[in-house]
Amino acid sequence: MSRSRAPVIGIACTHCGLSVPPAFVEPDASEQFCCQGCRIACEFLSANGLAEYKAFRDKRATPVHSTGRSYDEFDHPAFAELYVRAATGGLSATELYLEGVHCASCVWLVERVPLLVPGVARAELDVRRSLARIEWNSAEVPLSAVARALDRIGYAPHPFRGVARDSMRRREDRAMLSRIGVAGAIAGNVMLASLALYAGAFSGMEGSYEQLFRWVCLGLTIPAIVGPGRVFFVGAWGALRARSLHMDLPIAIALGAGALRGAINTITDSGPIYFDGVTILIFLLLAGRFLQQRGQRAATDAAELLYSLAPSTAHVVAHDGMEREVPAVALLPGMEVNVRAGESFPADGIVTSGRTSVNASLLTGESRPVSATSGDAVFAGTLNISAPVRVRVDVAGETSRLAKLLRQVEESVRRRAPIVAFANRMAGWFVAAVLALAAITFIIWYPRDPARAWDNAIALLIVTCPCALALATPLAVTIAVGRAARAGIFLKGGDALELLSRTGTLVIDKTGTVTEGRTALVEWLGEAWVQPLVLALEVGSSHPLADGFRRAWPSLSVPEADEVTHHAGGGITGTVASHDVVVGSPRFVAARVSGDDAFIARLTDPMLTPVLVAVDGRVVAAAGLGDKVRDDARASLDALRARGWRTTLLSGDDPAVAAAVGAQLGFAPDEAIGGATPEQKLAYIHEARAMMHGRLRTERGAIVMVGDGVNDAAAIAAADVGVGVHGGAEASLVTADVHLTTPGLEPLVRLVEGASRTMRVIHRNIVFSLAYNLLGVALAMAGVITPLIAAVMMPASSLTVVLGSWFGKTFDSSAPSVATNESESATVGASMEAAA
Amino acid sequence: MSVIFIVVPLALLIVLIAVIAYVWSAHAGQFDDLDTPAMRMLHDDDGPRHIEPPCL
Repeated sequence: MSRSRAPVIGIACTHCGLSVPPAFVEPDASEQFCCQGCRIACEFLSANGLAEYKAFRDKRATPVHSTGRSYDEFDHPAFAELYVRAATGGLSATELYLEGVHCASCVWLVERVPLLVPGVARAELDVRRSLARIEWNSAEVPLSAVARALDRIGYAPHPFRGVARDSMRRREDRAMLSRIGVAGAIAGNVMLASLALYAGAFSGMEGSYEQLFRWVCLGLTIPAIVGPGRVFFVGAWGALRARSLHMDLPIAIALGAGALRGAINTITDSGPIYFDGVTILIFLLLAGRFLQQRGQRAATDAAELLYSLAPSTAHVVAHDGMEREVPAVALLPGMEVNVRAGESFPADGIVTSGRTSVNASLLTGESRPVSATSGDAVFAGTLNISAPVRVRVDVAGETSRLAKLLRQVEESVRRRAPIVAFANRMAGWFVAAVLALAAITFIIWYPRDPARAWDNAIALLIVTCPCALALATPLAVTIAVGRAARAGIFLKGGDALELLSRTGTLVIDKTGTVTEGRTALVEWLGEAWVQPLVLALEVGSSHPLADGFRRAWPSLSVPEADEVTHHAGGGITGTVASHDVVVGSPRFVAARVSGDDAFIARLTDPMLTPVLVAVDGRVVAAAGLGDKVRDDARASLDALRARGWRTTLLSGDDPAVAAAVGAQLGFAPDEAIGGATPEQKLAYIHEARAMMHGRLRTERGAIVMVGDGVNDAAAIAAADVGVGVHGGAEASLVTADVHLTTPGLEPLVRLVEGASRTMRVIHRNIVFSLAYNLLGVALAMAGVITPLIAAVMMPASSLTVVLGSWFGKTFDSSAPSVATNESESATVGASMEAAA
Repeated sequence: MSVIFIVVPLALLIVLIAVIAYVWSAHAGQFDDLDTPAMRMLHDDDGPRHIEPPCL
């Protein structure tokens, strides 16, 4: 688990009023902050008497979540080559992915980096993507100094690989936006002029005015075709040269034929002009494309961000015993590195000296730390908890276990593309059918009346315009995604909604997903006077069990402890108020004091880690610490099962623990799998998918992986739909299709319900536009509708689809289906809306 | 009614100006990030000259 969670929910930030992510909740503080930006902004304001913020009563030396790294590797030439670009004015520019970016105060703080670090010209933060663009004078200040400053104010920076592509993408986006804007302005004005013509057709209009408006329409349509509309002709021409059929081809033919026929009719002053249909078509198709493109963008970002999160630095011990910080990519097998307590291992290797405990949850999902001593293997990305150790590098960089895992994740993300290819093939068939029908219409009518043959074929091309069809899905999905975001469910693409609307198999991670993912004091057997003594010893320990004690008794005053000794893998001894206190595992305590097994026997739950407390040579208390199952887990799982989903628990934790939790939550014994490595989790998902795809189409269901750790990231990426839960590791959130921002499993139920409602809206849209097209084809072939009527019918069908998507019920952001006080910013937004 | 021969081209001229302004702003990056500037305007320009990073 990269982040911890607290059971406390619904706390509002003192500064900005948004809800405080559980990871940032300080149980014993009177002020709560959602991010470092708010904390520092608030401190700054109160220090200067700038606001009526209440004075800090007990201003503590607050733990800014800073890593204290030196970031020396940011100055390495290899780093600069990968991530740094030249900017104007002799400056260097890079983009850094910042952890913990949350709200407006973060913008305030990050963008004041130029004040903190002389030599930095500009710092701009994109809140939505958590990317900070830094421009600095590399002759004056090294990038590592900038990185250290960011780290010190609580935003640990990571390099972002997509720098080069980002500027290209930005250019594309800007071009697309100006195309849409131009097309929209032209379409609106042509529509107005056409309205005058339609009105004139009914009430009579002088010939000279009619001609004016027809020429105005023509004059406006020409720039629409050569400007924004050109992309369709380019696309159609490209498809023709590649000898394939593409959605652009009938669009280009319809646009070209409509505009040409309209131009001829304008010049000869006879017959209808089709300019309104043509320009609206250009505008709506471009808008639809833009919406779809933005959804796909998010997925490609995923792989890049993954690399940003891998550990990037190491302390290499040279032959002379000196220690240097180097980029993790520069590590070679055989090098010796020092890894301090609280740091991640930079490479796979063997411990050569020292003794520590390692949190390997990143790779294994195992919530309990394992001890590592000389000769034990450790893996890149896992966390060194208790003591500094020296490690001989075995495998580094691209071949480490973590790098391989990340590569698998990346491949899985990329492999999702076939859906798009399938959609394009479908479009090809549609195009072929439309062209064939238009040709048939023309051939049938030509012998009888060449002029009507033209009109009918054009009417058919216009009326079957896949406009409504093309809009039906992206529009409904975009609206649903927006509503879901307000309800605290972030969807990266529309595919997930389709898959989630049917039933399938839910594969759920245990640690952090169905459980709270942090060690908590579950059982305490002993008197209350012992508690301060325990806390006195545990207060300085970085061990997760110590964390459990600290959180359990946040309001106790802590006495001073002397002679505190941490015994790795065992416990802590020390003197508190002239009492000898020993806290540790039963074996550790039994070796130091005369044993009293009565306490340990009373700790019944096998899922808990037992801890004994001895004072002055006598065992006086016992504690059971463990990972609590979330309160809403059972009800949510039952609700999902009732909807027809199969559920499987897939945990990296001990099989016995997985089985116990599984039994408690109603999983069948063979559906609660423990001891799975990340590789096994990935294999499980692949196997499950292969099995699914062998079935009959009607039985087929999606494989949905729900998890929170880096150890789930590969499985999340490989699954049909990956869901990252609240508080998960960045890597799992980055690869997931869906990110739930409210804690617990209940949002999962809302996600599935919303998905099926969205699909109903989409199906309604598609059925409607298909029926509309069929009707239009029949009428056009029969020669009942003229191109003019077709041009009116076409936007009308699109409008119906737009309205249907807008009013369709999908995700209800205001429905308080759970305990309503667990408001993330999304719920706050919803309630503000309700109040407005 | 013949004023329409002047008014319509005039209207189109205004549209042209608006479109040019829009295309300029799109290319100048005004629409790149729609969230952050809305937050940025909340910060006073004449606020802090220098902030001390928190000491740890």
